[in-house]
Parts: sequence; C-alpha cells; structure tokens
Amino acid sequence: MTRRGVWNTTSYYVLAGGLAVLFLFPLVWTGYASVAPHGATNQQDGFGFGNYQTLLEYDSGLLRYLWNSTYVSLLTVLFTLLLSFVGGYAFARFKFPGRDTLFLLTIAILMVPYSTLLIPLYTQLGDIGLRNSLFGLSLVLTLYQLPFAVFMMRISFEAVPKEIEESAMVDGCGSMGVLTRIMLFAVWPGLITVGLFSFLAAWNDFIAPLILVSDADKAVLPVAIANLRQQSMGAVDFGATQAGVVVMALPCLVLFALLQRHYVRGFMSGAIKG
Amino acid sequence: MRYSRKLTGAAYAAPVALFVLVFFVAPLLLVGRMSASDWPLLAGDLGVNLPDNYTAIGDNRLFWPAVGFTLKYTGIVVVILVGLSLGLAMLVSGTRKGTGFFRTAYFLPTTLGLASASLLFFGFYSPSIGPLDPILQGLGITDEPISWLGTPNMALFSTVVLIVWKFAGFFMIILLVGLQAIPPDVYEAARLDGAGRWQAFVHITLPLLRPALGLVLILSITGSLLAFDQFFILTKGGPDNSTVTVVQLIYREAFQRFDLGAAAAISVVVLLALLVLNIAQFRSLRRDQ
Repeated sequence: MTRRGVWNTTSYYVLAGGLAVLFLFPLVWTGYASVAPHGATNQQDGFGFGNYQTLLEYDSGLLRYLWNSTYVSLLTVLFTLLLSFVGGYAFARFKFPGRDTLFLLTIAILMVPYSTLLIPLYTQLGDIGLRNSLFGLSLVLTLYQLPFAVFMMRISFEAVPKEIEESAMVDGCGSMGVLTRIMLFAVWPGLITVGLFSFLAAWNDFIAPLILVSDADKAVLPVAIANLRQQSMGAVDFGATQAGVVVMALPCLVLFALLQRHYVRGFMSGAIKG
Repeated sequence: MRYSRKLTGAAYAAPVALFVLVFFVAPLLLVGRMSASDWPLLAGDLGVNLPDNYTAIGDNRLFWPAVGFTLKYTGIVVVILVGLSLGLAMLVSGTRKGTGFFRTAYFLPTTLGLASASLLFFGFYSPSIGPLDPILQGLGITDEPISWLGTPNMALFSTVVLIVWKFAGFFMIILLVGLQAIPPDVYEAARLDGAGRWQAFVHITLPLLRPALGLVLILSITGSLLAFDQFFILTKGGPDNSTVTVVQLIYREAFQRFDLGAAAAISVVVLLALLVLNIAQFRSLRRDQ
C-alpha cells in the first residue's frame, strides 16, 4: 500500500470510528446508568437492578404499563395488517369506481399533522365511548400507519406475477381463496415490513396516548416513564428513568437485530416514493 | 363478470374506505367546525363564534414566538441533519472493511422511539447523573458544570444534538439507497475524463441523488415543524417559554387552557401552512425530475 493509501485508510477509520463512538455512547451510557450505583436512586451500593425494582413498584407497576404498551402495539399491528392486506389487494388487482380517489385520500393522511387530527379525535372518541380506552388509542395509531402500509402492500401485490393468480382461478379458486391461500405467501415479506413498522410506531408513540388516554393505570410505557420523571416532588429519579428507557428500547433493538432486512425494505420503498 | 369483479374490488377496499372516512375525513371536517365554535374542553360545543378563535390567534402572546422558534429550530436541524446524513452515507457507501459495523452504529439510535430518546437525553444532560460534565472536566475542557438546558440557547442546542443523534442514521439509510443506485461506471467515465473527487461529487453525486435528497428534505422539514415530544420531555418549553413549538402551543391551548376551539383554529392554520409547503416542495421536485 502506498503511503497515501495508508494515510487515507487511517484517517477513514479514525473518522468513522470516532463517529461510531459518539453515536453509541448515549446508548451504552443509558444501560450503564440504569444499573450503576447513585445516591439519588434506589441503587445505592454496587451495581444491581434497584432502579428496575423502583419501576416495578411505581404507581400501577411496570408490568401493567408493559402490558398496556404491548396490547396497544399488537392491536395496532393487527388492524394495520388486516386493512392493508385486503386494501392493498383491492388497489393492486381491481378496478372499481373511486379507486384512485380513495388511494390518494389514504396517502393524504401523511399531509395532515398529528396534532390537527388529535383535537377532533379526542372529541369524536369521547362521543363513541372510546376515549380513555386502549382499544380506541390503537385505532388512532392504525390511522397513521395506513399511508405507508397501504402503499407498501399495494406495491407488494403488484410485484406478484398475474399468472400465478390466473392459474389458481382456472383451478376453481375464488378471489378470496387466491388471497388467503396464494397471495398471503407471496406478499409475506411486505406484511412483515408493515407489521414491524406499525409495531415500532405504536410502541413508541407519545402524543396520541398522552392526549387520548388519561387514566394512570391505562398509561403506556413512554407516558408512564415521562410522568415518573415529573413526579416525586421536584426530585427526579434519574436512575429509574434510565431503567425505563432501557425497558422501552430493548424490544426495538431486538426487533432490529432480527428483522434488519425488512427495515431496509421499508426505507427503500420510501426512496422510490420520493 | 366485469361487473362482479368491480364489486369484488370495492368490497376488498371497503374496510380501508370506512376506516379513512371515520378516522380521517370526519375528524378533518370536525376540526374545521370546532375552529369556528366556542368549544371549551369540558362543556363541549357552545355554538358558532366565527371568527373569534382565528382572530384570537394573533393576540395569543405565545403564538408568534412559537412560530419564530419553530422556524429557527427547523432551519438549524434541517441544515445539520441533511449535511451530516449525507456525509455519513458517503462514509459507509464504500466496500472497506467495517462499513457494515459503522452503518449499524450510526443507525442504532433510529430504532429508539423519540420519547425514549428524549428521556435518555433528559438524564444524559442532568447535572445529577449526566456523564458529560465529569468527562469534560476530566479532560480539562471546562471547570464548572455546564447547564445543558438552563438557557434558551443551550436548551435549543441540546435538543438539536438529541434530534441529530436520533435521526442522522435514518436519513443516512435513505441517502445510501440513493447512492447505491448510481451506476459505478458513471464515476469511472468521469474519472477517465479527468474529473477529481470534488467535481464528481458536485456534478454526478448531487444531481443523481436529488430524489433521495428531496425526500430527506421533505421528511426533515415536516418533522421539525411538527416537533413536540423532544421539547415536551426535555425542556418542557422552557426556560421562560423560550422553546415552545407550535404543536406544543396547540397542546397547551387544548389541555392546559381547556379551549378546544382555540386549539382547533391553530391546528387548521398549521394544516394549511403545511399543505402549501408540501405542494410547493412536490412541485419543485417534479420540475427537477
């Protein structure tokens, strides 16, 4: 290698490595801070899980909040998958009156700020008895997944060769049979991407549950941890806060590790859209 | 056959249509009505009072500062985010050993939620357990603890750092996909024509990356204009209301001042402003292509 080459390589790794340290440091720190001893926390001497203990006993308890978050996220995934699966099939394979209008209207959800819809939704959900309900919350969260999900499922269905469908039709399969027996497997990767993104969005959402759900025992994790921060008479329990961050981050990191490919697929479709 | 196929298609689209109608079109109409009505949070609809909610916006003493702050924040975030994510994308687009690791390292913060990241940095910046002051003091860079959220400028700076940390990897991936779509022989041809690295960047990379850069711009501008979580959690709009964004103002009007009509009016204004902005952005993208 030439001298210039060595110099280039070295400066590349110093720069890229230095940046990697900067990006990873806060993540490593929060894990460390959640178990490290500190005076103003429940973890007084040595390393341990005192801060997690605090969370378990805080208000309705960590397990309650974990359950609320999981329930809302899974419901959102379920609604999003069902709607975008049949909807994507309709948009990709059928011509019907109002098709393009409906598709544009669905994509237009992206253009409307969250906060603009949450004010009327707060009133509307109240009218139909779904305010302060995790079920109602997941419906609202589903709404914001629809543009991406319907778009993604539409291009997934469009990528399936028509011949597969036609030969199944010849064999006497109805459109429902085609959809559930053949298409389901053909668009499987698209469904995983949609499911992954809607889970993460629902799991991490903050402003919708903050506004739509007020009962303390129905709080989802981000809201519960943010409240924990505000409580306890001025003195913030930073250790417990960081333990909460770890609890919220872990499922996201695990899903990322397991489903990396599907992450990138989601971004690719975004890039195509642009 | 034709007719029944149309009907089948409509039937499959019906759930989406119903959902969009109930949870999107209906609230959109309702927010318009609310913005034209006297609508306290608890009492509900007290009848039309047009144009009171709209004229009250200008008199709201937090409105113009919030607009100014949101625009300033957006300008700073967008410039830094686009520049840094482009740099990161170019850094990891090559085939050197370790680029996979670097990609993952820069992308990992993206996997966290914005609220989680904000809570993380709430501790990170705290004088109580934050690691920054011990490190800076240990290195002899400062003598005294720095108040990361104490002054308006520091609060803005610290929030920008959080947002750049959280989103740079996300935009990096979008730009990386764009970079990898550029055929290598274009660069090869330019090199044979005697173009240097910088010339190749300006005349090949930037123009061919335009669609991806456009997407990054739209997403980062829209996201920053609608900023809420990070300021709600990290600065609570302080110090002295210096970091109140427009969306935070909507939240305050609705749930701290209990005036849904006023909140709806600001929401409608924000919606219209964003619509105009988005249409302008799409137009300029279309024209370029």
